[in-house]
Amino acid sequence: MSTRLIPPITDLTQPYWDATRRGEFVMQQCKACTHTIFPPRSNCSNCGSKELLWQPVSGKGVIYTYTIAHRPPHPVLVDQCPLAIAVVELDEGPRMITNVIGCNPNEVKIGMKVKVAFEAIDDSDEVLPVFEPV
Amino acid sequence: MSLHGVAAVVGVAERAPSRYTGDETILELLSGVAVDAVNDAGFSLSQVDGLIVHPIGGLPGFVPATVAEFIGLQPRFAEVVDLGGATGAGMVWRAAAAIQAGMCTTCLCLTGTRRRRRPPRPDAGSMSDLPRRRHSIRPSQDRSPQAEFDYPYGMLGANVGYAMLANRYTHEYGLTDEQRAKVAVDQRTNANANPAAIFHDQKLTIEDVLASEVICEPLHMLEIVMPAGGAAALLVTSADRVVDAKQSPAWLLGAGESVTHSSFAQAPALDSTGIGIAARAAMAQAGVTPGDIGLASLYDCYTIMVLLTMEEAGFCPRGSAGAFVESHDLTYKGDFPVNTHGGQLSFGQAGLAGGMSHVTEAIRQIQGRAGDRQIANLELAYAHGNGGIIAEQVGLVFGADR
Repeated sequence: MSTRLIPPITDLTQPYWDATRRGEFVMQQCKACTHTIFPPRSNCSNCGSKELLWQPVSGKGVIYTYTIAHRPPHPVLVDQCPLAIAVVELDEGPRMITNVIGCNPNEVKIGMKVKVAFEAIDDSDEVLPVFEPV
Repeated sequence: MSLHGVAAVVGVAERAPSRYTGDETILELLSGVAVDAVNDAGFSLSQVDGLIVHPIGGLPGFVPATVAEFIGLQPRFAEVVDLGGATGAGMVWRAAAAIQAGMCTTCLCLTGTRRRRRPPRPDAGSMSDLPRRRHSIRPSQDRSPQAEFDYPYGMLGANVGYAMLANRYTHEYGLTDEQRAKVAVDQRTNANANPAAIFHDQKLTIEDVLASEVICEPLHMLEIVMPAGGAAALLVTSADRVVDAKQSPAWLLGAGESVTHSSFAQAPALDSTGIGIAARAAMAQAGVTPGDIGLASLYDCYTIMVLLTMEEAGFCPRGSAGAFVESHDLTYKGDFPVNTHGGQLSFGQAGLAGGMSHVTEAIRQIQGRAGDRQIANLELAYAHGNGGIIAEQVGLVFGADR
């Protein structure tokens, strides 16, 4: 459990957050070109097709880049600093912002292999996908 | 069709950056520099028939009309530019394009922000209510994808993103803390020669930068721009009206623009950024190469941004920016002058007027009005604006001759 800024969920993105509550990790996939899309959109950002299907993704990836925030970027994160904030490149292609947990922040390195984990957000029903070393 | 030599900047005005701007409204700040820029050119308000502004907090809409009425303008061309730190630079080519299209003849470009000293507000959700926030909270207004997929992780503001950019750059090409600090130090030397700079009276050494607090690894406090208030205005006019101006013109010779992403997670790789796209387009339109440029006025929200822009704009080979700054003097006295006004890091970042400061400096240097920091015999200057986390890019080439 951790205090966070709670994501403002829309009808479009609800399936993503429904899945994280079940401990599952899903993204949209384009029916036409098989591109995996993140963040969720109304059309494929690769080919423009509007036929997108929610599909499970592996939850595996590598750290593309990261920083250790010593000053909290927001007061709600005070208790979590120093905090490892990273861009993870998923095996399916998309990059996403995340936090790296389950290790000392000083151990986080670019190229490190990570896998998805799930962390409940305090004061809400939402569950946030985060990443930990493989 | 090209913007080459279509228009020139003939008037410049700035309300120098300051930590706080007092009780003046944003309309007072903007109209103040607007009138000053018109006077600087020796024009009259009645000759101004174009107006470009940016979104303004506290004005929910109708921004050009509100600003125009407050100044006393009835423009035939009214525009809002919303490109973050690239907004000021983006205004300039739009003014020239509107002039070329016959939509106006003389256009004001206005940027600015006020910054008031405020008591901490307990429910503001800002840094002011540190150190404790025991409950998760919902962002009040923001419904962007970033609010949903970035903010929960602490990916807010710009420090985190530029720190990640610096780490990725260092991973790919190698870069030392000292090399980044050199950028801030050379720019401070420039600010020491600019009375309008917020840090005009303060010296800075590499040791000072490295001794300052690490905010987000690897970035130190003194590599990070300090928020300020202030305003800046330009007056752009058509080629045939340049002769009416009191000041010598700074001709717009080329412009380029690129928008590649919004969330930093979706940014292109370091060797294919929008920085390069905008810079190459601007220089191609101007018919110049990076080696022709005598002043690089490069958006500097962070030290890493100057380094990346130097090489993406072609001033040094890709991956060599760290070594380049070590072996070159970036001051107004040096062999490769960069941000001779001090840059935002030392001149000050007055909101979107911070991005305009790179443009105003390029113009003043081209006009020969840069005072103690004047570069001798300057013919070509390059100004670069950058918004978001390397998301929005505008490059401009200015020349003393058309």
